[in-house]
Amino acid sequence: MNNFPYLNALAGGTLIGVAVVLMFLGNGRITGISGIVGSVVKPEKGQTLWRVVFIISLILGGTLYPLLWGKPLPVEINGPWYLYLIAGLVVGFGTRTGSGCTSGHGICGIARFSPRSLVATVTFILAAMITHTLVNAIAG
Amino acid sequence: MTTMHAAPDKFHFGNLLVIALSGILFGLGLGISEMVNPQRVLGFLDVLGDWDPTLIFVMLGALIVAVPGFQAAKLMHKPFLAITFHAPSRRDIDPKLVGGAVLFGIGWGLAGICPGPSLVALNSMQSEIGLFVVAMLAGIFVHDKVFS
Repeated sequence: MNNFPYLNALAGGTLIGVAVVLMFLGNGRITGISGIVGSVVKPEKGQTLWRVVFIISLILGGTLYPLLWGKPLPVEINGPWYLYLIAGLVVGFGTRTGSGCTSGHGICGIARFSPRSLVATVTFILAAMITHTLVNAIAG
Repeated sequence: MTTMHAAPDKFHFGNLLVIALSGILFGLGLGISEMVNPQRVLGFLDVLGDWDPTLIFVMLGALIVAVPGFQAAKLMHKPFLAITFHAPSRRDIDPKLVGGAVLFGIGWGLAGICPGPSLVALNSMQSEIGLFVVAMLAGIFVHDKVFS
């Protein structure tokens, strides 16, 4: 069905690009998911409504996917429950400490040519590759 | 009429419509690119194994649009529907940035899930995803308690 196996990746990435540009040129905001989610935990005055609207719409995008794409959302879980507990805690704490995640640093920050985002992105990709390789080595 | 004073942005219906469209496109994009699948992401991180370069094509697709978009913003005085651009202005590399990125990378490498995909993956109704999201919110909460 796919002549070029990475076409879906490019197409999906392009949609994400359109999403972050719409947000910035329209509303002047960075689409950093960890930052937007953070405001649910620690609300900032006047900044909650748009963030809640974004989060609901983001989830709704995933709800619409099977209707538009004709197959269920591909989410494969593999590993014990406590892996997801620990990973979630570390991701929440780390993204807050490092002021961003894959969307804010990896896409918006790099697109702005921000040196902080470039350093953060290279750092978290390397840390993730090392972590995954170590987990594979230990767990087999 | 615009005043350069940092008046708080008001979010009107038009703003919220653009924000909702942005969220839906982002969520669809994560689904279509399969970045919502932790195993796809782990495949990209598996550099010594059966490496899956999909994530690079997702980044490429996103940046093809985002780079010109964000660079065009530098030529604009203000966003179309708001008073000012809110982009971080810091350029210094400090230990908190690097340490936070290392921690985030460790968590991302453990399960193959980052914040955006975790929310979209809630649609799959799998308890592990719910657990990840709750733990992530707890991690944010703990950070804000420690550093404030």
